[in-house]
Amino acid sequence: MEGADIIEVVGLEHTFGEVEAVRGISFTVKEGEIFSFLGPNGAGKSTTINILITLLPLQRGRVRVAGHDVAREPRRVREVIGIVFQDEVLDRDLTVWETMEFHGRLYGIPRDERRRRIDDLLVVVELDARRNERTKNLSGGMKRRLQIARGLLTRPEVLFLDEPTLGLDPQTRMRIWDYIRQVNQAGTTIFLTTHYMEEADMLSDRISIIDHGRIVVSGTPDELKNTLGEDVVYLETEDDERAREFLLGVEDVRSVTRSPRGLSVAISVDGGHALPRIIDRLRGVGIEIVSVNLKKPTMDDVFVHYTGRELRDGRG
Amino acid sequence: MAWEFLTVYWREMIRFVRFRTQLFSSLLQPAIWMAFFGIAMSSNLDRFASSIPVPAGVIQVDYLTFMAAGVIAMTTLFTSLYGGMSLLFDKNWGLMREMLASPMPRTHIMLGVSLSGMTKSFIQAGIIMVFGLLLGVRFFPGFSAPRIALSVIGVFVFLGAFSLGFLLLSSNISMRLESPEGMQGIMTLLSLPLFFVSNALYPIQAFPPFLQVLSTYNPLTHLVTGIRYFALGNDFFAVGAHYTITTAEVLTSFAYLTVFAAVMYLLARRAFERAVVA
Repeated sequence: MEGADIIEVVGLEHTFGEVEAVRGISFTVKEGEIFSFLGPNGAGKSTTINILITLLPLQRGRVRVAGHDVAREPRRVREVIGIVFQDEVLDRDLTVWETMEFHGRLYGIPRDERRRRIDDLLVVVELDARRNERTKNLSGGMKRRLQIARGLLTRPEVLFLDEPTLGLDPQTRMRIWDYIRQVNQAGTTIFLTTHYMEEADMLSDRISIIDHGRIVVSGTPDELKNTLGEDVVYLETEDDERAREFLLGVEDVRSVTRSPRGLSVAISVDGGHALPRIIDRLRGVGIEIVSVNLKKPTMDDVFVHYTGRELRDGRG
Repeated sequence: MAWEFLTVYWREMIRFVRFRTQLFSSLLQPAIWMAFFGIAMSSNLDRFASSIPVPAGVIQVDYLTFMAAGVIAMTTLFTSLYGGMSLLFDKNWGLMREMLASPMPRTHIMLGVSLSGMTKSFIQAGIIMVFGLLLGVRFFPGFSAPRIALSVIGVFVFLGAFSLGFLLLSSNISMRLESPEGMQGIMTLLSLPLFFVSNALYPIQAFPPFLQVLSTYNPLTHLVTGIRYFALGNDFFAVGAHYTITTAEVLTSFAYLTVFAAVMYLLARRAFERAVVA
């Protein structure tokens, strides 16, 4: 089954009054992968996810999730997906256990099975000791972990995570990422939206960058970064001027710029492969190298490259 | 499985018990009406009413007892009108998305909320009855024990139909609104005329014709009629007016409340099926 399409979106469009939130998006997510929607706030990520999870009606296009059409069989879709919402959507006055119990009952999981799964999941997300605590007394990270546990209770085929680490501190974020990977390794397909470049980069098998309601580019994190072809080598040598002139004649070197702290050499192929060659060539003509630093493009660079600007701030 | 609404009911009841202030205020409010308004009014009205001759063989009902039925009805009206408001908060706080995105049929959300509201009304009504007895309300005058039991059931059946109708109306409005303040305003606008243009606190016999007609369309009037029929009997004299309630009248009142609840159900179902909460 590996490699079958579990989410198929064709020509999705959605407007709110005059505002075109989504303007013709098509993509597929393969079973078992972690797929990310990366984009600034207001790009159309949440609108898309809300259509996929059947909270917004389908206006135009075709969307199938786990083999079911969201417009024709919303209930079938709802049965096979799990959702971790962006906001803190927990009933403050229910306990951790009651939150899980409520969710399990909503989905009609039989009592014994439900209770067993709740016990297991609370152990996994390390909330077992707090099962009788009201959710209002949990920390931000615990709340998110509880939401993830809740999203997994129904053993979904696809787990949707809308900005799973929004507003969390770095350590907590890393732990949440660990959970997401664990869940994925256990066989659940993950669809996540994020406006954190790093998050998309670290977690995803594939990424679609979305901006102004359109998919700008899709690919694996490495593909996206490599297509920029802009690996940069920072060199410090004993004779920067001579090194600069020499390097301009070396194949795959696109440009060389001098700065007070050395040379930055833009390379049109994978920098990791080009670097040993460059070092050899410089040594060959007798130029001593003091320090070397290779910088791969980040998802930030990719984003700026494809959208012409940095990720906007503020919530959308 | 069509019992998912019990899940919503279960959660609503946990909340009811857990929100201490809501719990106590909802129980105190009717007690305050009885203790203050009831006693103050009855000491005045009973003085006037005593000058009006009571027809022979008809039971004379004092004002506190007369009004107790109205207070039960009024409390049920207010509790039910505000009962759907939890949906508004659920919606605004994003809690409703969990329910809307689940496979549970949407009608079960409103059924769960409505049934829990009905339960709350029953609890309140029970408390008012007990508290009223302590204050000197003379419900069930001269009734036998089995008749009292049947009468209590009758009162609760009326309360159930009435509260369901208003809970569904309130749920419906909650789903369409966004601000709790707006909801508050609408509820006040609805509850005051319903309350005043009814037979809850005074006889409608002396209303001007226009208000009399209006009051017969008021579900609250039909609820009060039902409660009085079961709690006071079909022939009594109160606040200077002679009340005779025929079986046909009671059945008509009940039918009216049932139809009202059914219409409210259909309207609310439409609102829920179309709800878009993103």
